[in-house]
Amino acid sequence: MSDHVASRGLYVAIFLALMVLTAMTVAVTYIDMGNANLFVAMGIAVTKATLVVLFFMHVFWSDRLIKVTVVTSLVFLVILFAFTLNDYLGRGALGVAGR
Amino acid sequence: MDTATAPTQTNYINVAHTAKSWLLTRDHKRIALLYLISVSVFFMIGGLFALLIRLELLTPAGDLFEAETYNKVFTMHGVAMVFFFLIPAIPATLGNFLVPLMIGAKDLAFPRINLLSWYVYVLGGLFTLAAVIGGGVDTGWTFYTPYSTAASNTHVILTGLGVFISGFSSILTGFNFIVTIHKMRAPGMTWFRLPLFVWASYATSLIAILGTPVVAIAIVLVALERTLHIGVFDPTLGGDPVLYQHLFWFYSHPAVYVMVLPAMGVISELIAAFTRKEIFGYKFVAFSSLAIAVIGFFVWGHHMYVSSQSAFAGLVFSFLTYLVAVPSAVKVFNWTATLYRGSISYQAPMLYAFGFLGLFLIGGLTGLFLGALGLDVHVHDTYFVVAHFHYVMVGGTIMAYLGGLHYWWPKMTGRLYNEGWAKFAALMIFVGFNLTFFPQFLLGYMGMPRRYHMYPEEWQVLNVLSTAGATILGVGYFIPTIYLLWSLKKGEVAGDNPWGATGLEWQTQSPPVTENFPVTPVVTEPAYAYAHQEKRFA
Repeated sequence: MSDHVASRGLYVAIFLALMVLTAMTVAVTYIDMGNANLFVAMGIAVTKATLVVLFFMHVFWSDRLIKVTVVTSLVFLVILFAFTLNDYLGRGALGVAGR
Repeated sequence: MDTATAPTQTNYINVAHTAKSWLLTRDHKRIALLYLISVSVFFMIGGLFALLIRLELLTPAGDLFEAETYNKVFTMHGVAMVFFFLIPAIPATLGNFLVPLMIGAKDLAFPRINLLSWYVYVLGGLFTLAAVIGGGVDTGWTFYTPYSTAASNTHVILTGLGVFISGFSSILTGFNFIVTIHKMRAPGMTWFRLPLFVWASYATSLIAILGTPVVAIAIVLVALERTLHIGVFDPTLGGDPVLYQHLFWFYSHPAVYVMVLPAMGVISELIAAFTRKEIFGYKFVAFSSLAIAVIGFFVWGHHMYVSSQSAFAGLVFSFLTYLVAVPSAVKVFNWTATLYRGSISYQAPMLYAFGFLGLFLIGGLTGLFLGALGLDVHVHDTYFVVAHFHYVMVGGTIMAYLGGLHYWWPKMTGRLYNEGWAKFAALMIFVGFNLTFFPQFLLGYMGMPRRYHMYPEEWQVLNVLSTAGATILGVGYFIPTIYLLWSLKKGEVAGDNPWGATGLEWQTQSPPVTENFPVTPVVTEPAYAYAHQEKRFA
């Protein structure tokens, strides 16, 4: 882990950004955007998580090995989701009854 | 055999004798021995359940157990063997002992976390044992939903908790290995001078870290659905049982590689040492470990061809399953090429390595049958599958584990075992294994389903053969317990390097001192520099 210490101002700014995004999370539940509901909610959540990981967990200032580790973890999460969805979204694609 | 006096040098075993010095140790070598004892206990428990299964299947009638009891017996066999023996066996015992020694480090990066991993493992094991004593669990080691959440009235949660807890032990060991290998290599120990066992341990650790949390969460969701009736997997609650299979196999297929990758690492060491040659295509073998670890995460759907998984997903998973055979084959071909014109000596560890090669080959090739979309429908959930995964996980992992245990026993204990008995046991295990499991390929192909305690009479001959083989196998596994324990007191003093092997672990005393090396070694040669060694001694 890098010994770089971020300024207090930056931490406060990130905290405020997270608060604003949390308010947005609540606010968008009152707006029906159809199919976009999920993507907007997930977009806000991913933005918040990214801020936490980059700044509160110091990954932004970490060396390359730590960054590779974080990205690798995310890639494997994507594999889990993508190949599971490949099943659910692919049902009926080849015309096999029930499959 | 010459029974010499006990080693008088200070080493990691005789440095302290109190129970506290063992239970609070931070020495990776002592923790390895704690793991060795613990996994051996679970191996015996799992073996006892295997014995009960084979006794029941001796006759076509269900004359030993009720169907419900039989369900519990094979479940407890699977849970004990998979989660508490096969997964931790090589990484937590041989890996713990050897990774720091092989890279020239004094210990793992986080010694306290290493000790914590053992306590976590024991805690998980105690939960599972409590479930066994309390009446057992009957879901199969896979805990498939909706049966496990909606129907089973056995100790699903208690067993699941045991598995959940022990998973953290794997994670802790895995990240300890990764950090250690990255950060604590001795001067000159570059990545491509690492012994292949270290590469394999690294790849295994990646899988343990990336996969274990997923199965842990899947098991937690099972527990939540059983207790709070939240609808995740149960269709009557709005859930989807196939989702459980996705989450379970996302980890549990790569878990096969958690079992077999370290075994492959052991085999590389054995073949190099007993052929006196560098491993043919070192870099290919090293990278094939990483390739297996990565591609192994893309194939889990081949366990689900007969579920409602989409045909398209099945097609993709089938293709990827064939892909993972490539790096596995790279290893087998390269080991075979290493044997060519090698100065082969047929000592007990090498006999286990040969056993591994034959059994893993059969296990791997029958995996191709099961990866085929059409043929799998015929043999799915039959004894063909049971035979296949035992050839890989038992024929592969346990042969390598025993081979490795024999090879490094002199380093771990400072003593030599009886070579004659060791060769006899290796042969007995190989014969017993094949007699146990080869008939099961035939039974499965003829349609005998797994997990039933009764079967038609025409299948009895093959079942009797299998049970007879299991008896030989059981005795074969028991014999090393005797002579290895005997060697602790009466075995010949081994010396630092009884095999004349390369590798830093052989350059320090046997058993090593607590700090492993009196001075940090400096590495100037590639791994397996046997050609250089022969020249030096010529």
